[in-house]
Amino acid sequence: MSKKVAFLQGNEAAAHGALYAGCNFFAGYPITPSTEVAEVMSVELPKIGGKFIQMEDEIAAYAAILGASLTGKKVLDATSGPGLSLKQELIGYACIAEIPCVLINVMRGGPSTGMPTGPSQSDVMCAKWGTHGDHASITLMPASVQECYDMTVQAFNLAEKYRMPVLVMPDEIIAHMRERIEFREPGELEVIERTAPSVPPAEYKPYDTRFGDVPPLAAFGSGYKFHVTGLNKMQDGFPTTKAEIVQAEEERQVRKVMDKVDEIVDFEEFMMDDAEICVVAYGSTSRSARYAVNVAREQGIKVGMFRLKTFWPFPDKQIKAIADKIKGFIVPEMNLGMCSVEIERCNMGKAQILCVNRVDGEPLNPDQILEKIKEVK
Amino acid sequence: MSEEKKLPRIEIIEKYCKGCHICVEFCPTKVLEMKGFVVSVKDLSKCIKCMQCELRCPDFAIKVYAE
Amino acid sequence: MAYDYDKYIRPGKLPHIWCPGCGHGIVLKGLIRAMDSLNLKKEETAIVSGIGCASRLPGYMDCCTLHTAHGRAAAFATGVKLARPEMNVILVGGDGDGTAIGGNHFIHACRRNIDMTYVIMNNYIYGMTGGQFSPTTPHLMKASTTPYGNPDPSFDIAKLAIGAGATFVARGTAFHANQIDKLIAEGIQHKGMSVIEILDDCPTTYGRRNKYKSVIEMMNRLKEVAVPVKAAEKMTAEQLQGKILTGVLYKADLPEYCAEYQKVIERSQGGAK
Repeated sequence: MSKKVAFLQGNEAAAHGALYAGCNFFAGYPITPSTEVAEVMSVELPKIGGKFIQMEDEIAAYAAILGASLTGKKVLDATSGPGLSLKQELIGYACIAEIPCVLINVMRGGPSTGMPTGPSQSDVMCAKWGTHGDHASITLMPASVQECYDMTVQAFNLAEKYRMPVLVMPDEIIAHMRERIEFREPGELEVIERTAPSVPPAEYKPYDTRFGDVPPLAAFGSGYKFHVTGLNKMQDGFPTTKAEIVQAEEERQVRKVMDKVDEIVDFEEFMMDDAEICVVAYGSTSRSARYAVNVAREQGIKVGMFRLKTFWPFPDKQIKAIADKIKGFIVPEMNLGMCSVEIERCNMGKAQILCVNRVDGEPLNPDQILEKIKEVK
Repeated sequence: MSEEKKLPRIEIIEKYCKGCHICVEFCPTKVLEMKGFVVSVKDLSKCIKCMQCELRCPDFAIKVYAE
Repeated sequence: MAYDYDKYIRPGKLPHIWCPGCGHGIVLKGLIRAMDSLNLKKEETAIVSGIGCASRLPGYMDCCTLHTAHGRAAAFATGVKLARPEMNVILVGGDGDGTAIGGNHFIHACRRNIDMTYVIMNNYIYGMTGGQFSPTTPHLMKASTTPYGNPDPSFDIAKLAIGAGATFVARGTAFHANQIDKLIAEGIQHKGMSVIEILDDCPTTYGRRNKYKSVIEMMNRLKEVAVPVKAAEKMTAEQLQGKILTGVLYKADLPEYCAEYQKVIERSQGGAK
């Protein structure tokens, strides 16, 4: 075995995943419990000629990665709850200006300063609805240290492919736990590069839909001159208030993701073949759920788990199909009911839905989930 | 009689002019005047080619062509 | 001969959106003359702004232009510059955008002494939103949100920049049009963070409320209050009362951020100490 193996924290693994994906620019601001991502990047990036900068605040960090991304860099920022709130305006900027970037948001207790060192899963709605205005979100949910690595690679691929911000959101448990991980060999995972323009500078438009719903993005400093704004824009990047253009562009920005849901959405089904009960879980909670499912199976209960690896776009199609087949959903979360709202939406009143919620800074334990499984009628 | 002095050409781009009066006021020899909402040349013979109008116009509306 | 501004203006973008008599157009022309004098390549120059009247300037420039979110120009620009240090990075914006909502980014860009040039058009007001007072609105002056006179003291942008660590700080005015390009050009040439404050006028939302009868009166006020630094050296404190210094106010030769980061790269690779 020549594979490089290490015993790492989730945060450290995510940073190494970013490097594997070709990340060469990081801007951040210190915040618990995500700071290790910045620390690893500060060590590793200069070694490969990349750039690391610690900015004056959370907003500045996100602004800096957007500026750097426009010069053609693959960019990363890392934060946690309060930082996610602060960055929201610029996440919207990245959506409308269509700038590829990745943000790792380690979920801690909230709202506000909340419980900085305690785990939580209460940022999942903020990931979708935090910034104002219509927009699509791609949000990934690692449940292991290896997934912190792999999903960060995937996040870069999605950001570059769909020209938009992508979030990776480990909860604090996943971000700080240590596990054995394998560093991927070159070529082992796909690494997607941004589509460069195929037209000469004089003909280039930054939002040229002749090239599809994801127009090629040129880099500042590469010979192409173009305008980028947070205003509703035309294909040439300049602001407009023309109703039909604004409508078409807004719809395209959402459609470019929603038309590709089947390609983007990733999930794991565990013991779901004959399941009458489905535990829908994500992040560290899915580890407790897996244990609970195993114990329940030993007791003869037909239960399985649907694990969300992609939280946004939400796997509507899969959940709707499960709802047709089962008696009940169990939705364990370290929040007071967020994923369960989405399950209710997809369930359309078909199956019973039972929630297990915990926001006291302690992990959800398998017993709590098992107890709920037994309540399904 | 001395040789007739060569006059400059003052081009006014009317669609750019917003009628702010800056050029009219800061022309040291009062070559320009307002005609309605846009500037126009009143007396080109007074022009000393100082280029103040072109320099100060916030709207790119005046060009002075002088040898 | 007439100056060829079209060399740097994006085709078809004029006339600009600014009000009659607004000095932003004068600053835009000064910026173009500065860039032209240095023969800056358009595709190697990024012009970055935030939100507000002055922040609409990049749209008129035929360069790599980035109209960011309110106050964030300096932070976006820092990303552009550090990622591609070979690019010329010029920031433009107003007093509210740069020193209120963007104040933190402004002082930290100064502190890093990163090689960017920030042209701040200070017209003492939030113009685009209709004339609310800004951090530079003088005490007791009127704005739409200071109907009884401004109770706040105001920032001196140039002093703020010097205090924060910018290594080239200059001030001009929209009246002194032929000085603007020279100050900006010197700022662009300076290695490090340069801040050029241009005292400007907003006849529409500031002049009107503060009893300026016309744009001309506002321009004449700029003419009267401005004192070149050299001239000020020979003036008494009494004579300088109510005056504002113009010209290059501060210049220092200190390590520049991108160059310092390059040393970080070398140290991380076991190279130069």
